Amino acid sequence: MNQAAPLLSMQRISKRFGATQALQEVSLELHAGEVLALIGENGAGKSTLMKILAGAYQPDQGSMTLLGRPYRPGGPGEALQAGVAMIYQELNLAPDLSVEDNIMLGQERRWAWLGLSRRGAREEIRRVLAQLGHEELDPRTKVGRLPLGAQQVVEIARALVRRARVLVLDEPTSSLPQRDVERLFDVVARLRRTGAGIIYISHFLEEVRQIAQRYTVLRDGRSVASGSLDQVSQDELVALMVGRQVEELFPHVPHTPGEVVLRVEQLQGNPLPREAQLELRRGEILGIAGLVGSGRTELLRCLYALDPVRSGRVLVAGHVPGASPAARIQAGMGYVAEDRKSEGLALDQPLEDNLTWSRLAPYSRWGVLRPGLRRREAARWMQRLQIKARDPRQPVYQLSGGNQQKVAFGRVLHQQADVLLLDEPTRGIDVGTKAELYRWMGQLAAEGKAVLFVSSYIQELLEVCDRVAVMCRGRLSPALPARQWTEDKVLAVALGSAWPDSPPSN
Amino acid sequence: MSRSENNTPRQIVPGGLGRHLRDLLGPFIGIALVALVFAVLDAQRETGRSLVSWASVQTVLAQSVIVGTAALGMTLIIVAGGIDLSAGTAMALVATITAWLLQQQFPLPVAFLGGVLTGAVAGAVNGTLITSLRVVPFIVTLGTMTIFQGVARVIAGDVPIRVYELTPAWVPAMVAPLPSQPWMVFSPAVWLMFVLALLAAGLLHLTVFGRHVFALGSNEATARLCGIPIHRTRILVYTLAGLFLGVAGLFRFAELGGEGHPTGGMGVELKVIAAVVIGGGSLSGGRGSVLGTLAGAVLIQLIQYGCTRLGVSDLYQDIIVGVIIIAAVTLDQLRLRRVL
Repeated sequence: MNQAAPLLSMQRISKRFGATQALQEVSLELHAGEVLALIGENGAGKSTLMKILAGAYQPDQGSMTLLGRPYRPGGPGEALQAGVAMIYQELNLAPDLSVEDNIMLGQERRWAWLGLSRRGAREEIRRVLAQLGHEELDPRTKVGRLPLGAQQVVEIARALVRRARVLVLDEPTSSLPQRDVERLFDVVARLRRTGAGIIYISHFLEEVRQIAQRYTVLRDGRSVASGSLDQVSQDELVALMVGRQVEELFPHVPHTPGEVVLRVEQLQGNPLPREAQLELRRGEILGIAGLVGSGRTELLRCLYALDPVRSGRVLVAGHVPGASPAARIQAGMGYVAEDRKSEGLALDQPLEDNLTWSRLAPYSRWGVLRPGLRRREAARWMQRLQIKARDPRQPVYQLSGGNQQKVAFGRVLHQQADVLLLDEPTRGIDVGTKAELYRWMGQLAAEGKAVLFVSSYIQELLEVCDRVAVMCRGRLSPALPARQWTEDKVLAVALGSAWPDSPPSN
Repeated sequence: MSRSENNTPRQIVPGGLGRHLRDLLGPFIGIALVALVFAVLDAQRETGRSLVSWASVQTVLAQSVIVGTAALGMTLIIVAGGIDLSAGTAMALVATITAWLLQQQFPLPVAFLGGVLTGAVAGAVNGTLITSLRVVPFIVTLGTMTIFQGVARVIAGDVPIRVYELTPAWVPAMVAPLPSQPWMVFSPAVWLMFVLALLAAGLLHLTVFGRHVFALGSNEATARLCGIPIHRTRILVYTLAGLFLGVAGLFRFAELGGEGHPTGGMGVELKVIAAVVIGGGSLSGGRGSVLGTLAGAVLIQLIQYGCTRLGVSDLYQDIIVGVIIIAAVTLDQLRLRRVL
């Protein structure tokens, strides 16, 4: 099928920002009816390349052809007109409008001129939704009431109604529950059958294998390899992305559990979690698996006193700390929030502030700050965590996702937390940075600290944690040693079809 | 912010001091441009004293002390992500209470102290209402704006309190356009404003409290999970801003030669907010600079002064100030967008 002329071809695209060469002679081909996986670490140039495709940036050099004709969009509107649609991680929908209004947004003139021809539009929408296998979606429902997975379908439907031939899906599954991921894959398969070409960006390599036929790897702004996914192994892909052999995806630092430092007794939140009980030891990494929305995030937030607790007790080293984040920090807790952009970091503020806010005491006397001392210490942390930034005063929004996450993680290290609560710390970051984070967790455990590690990525929990517990509908299962779990068993408990027995207490 | 992973170009903004200076350049260029326009217009006039003079500089600075001093406090509030619409009426309340205290035969220091404390109390009331009621600052201070004016009118019996004979001559001299002694260079109030500006800048940049203010204004959720006492910080921000308002209110009292005008404050808050915004403050919080704010206040006053001297009607002054506000903020955003 690759013999035909490609649907889209990008030839030798280069783009420079100031002193940074973001893209250098990147080429890419996409055929009708195929899914092309675009893979690469954060900062490899995927976003820049896609912004050029969408007309948001103009390339310095290189050319593009779409459907055999030269393609040079002046802006996102022109790109859409030409048949190129982007579907971003953060969806672009108006929650208070109905499904059909969202789909028709910006197209009203064609369909609903003076509000007359709504029926024609509705039929078209129903047809497209059926084509995507989601005929059950009512075009009149408000989008804000739909689950995330269905909202994504609405965005894809919007692209189809506009006759898009090239769809770019940017990390579409990173915040979807497993069940919706399956449905999305079904939608993508149906899209292929309509003859559309799909560029699929994801960090999850297993997922990429499942859905895509071909791949293109970007590294440091260059396209380093392209080919059929059948002919390349997982390890080879990782090596291509990172540019070296990653010996260990899950580096292990030996550590041994000691005394109990965090005890959670019959914790009930409002409304989640419904029932949580756990013991976390020094020198231990305890994983919490579960579906999105099962109450894992709420559990961590209750532990850190960000959310109200209805009943139950939290003891840190035998004491009940005060019910405020400040008191929890005092007691030795550190929290890395799930959503680093809206909660974890103040993006427009300097790196040094984001790193040190939770512990300014070492740099101040009587409330007066010693900025030079703080800057030097921040620079040391940048080096220790290998944060790629120009200097400690750089605002964090200018850093790549992986480096932002290192800043958020660095904050709990800097604050010398004893009990680390990590909520999806590896989401949306590249393989290399993930491995570094795992190493840090192991290192912390080896230093006698305790780590509570929430993740949706079961494999990493089983590889990195000593014990794993699973949250299902607000209830936390007993924690079992990681080797007693398999991915299937974890999933069965997460879905509520099985429940593990408590291990014999020792 | 950009979507998904952010591989924005990293080397566009130079770091360090250069960048800070460039951030501050905007309002100063504005002042230079406006001054140039006035100078050109002035040169084409045939009659009257020349506008371009050292005395003009002294006068503009002296006339900007009220808005300038109040705007220092407003900078704190805006950096912390808040707003204070009651600043104007709070200043009028300060002046009214000061005049009333003098009228009640209290000695001058007590009256002045009472005035400044009134400002602090007004600020504390705002801060406490915002944190305890969990109502947005815009609404709370919209309410206290009329409340403060009402209180002032009740105290004054709805007429201005004039205590000219109880006010020593040095009080109006403090805010006079020209200093009484040439060696002073500027009027005392101008120097006081500069000292307060240094204090405000030190507070924002060299204290733990200042770092908390930036955290709070930039992202309250982050501030919370960093264990920053957000309620206490917010109340303190409004109270400190109230102290600045107290001093500004005394300047107002002095400017009128010893008069408390209970309804004279409405509308001044908009000039105060404009000064902060022209100076680079962002109403979404986390951004603002003391030096920029001072420049903004001077710019507004310069326009007023130039127009008056050239015989342009007040009506046009309003239009020009409005255009400058929009232009300043637009330019600022363009500059930021280039970086994003």
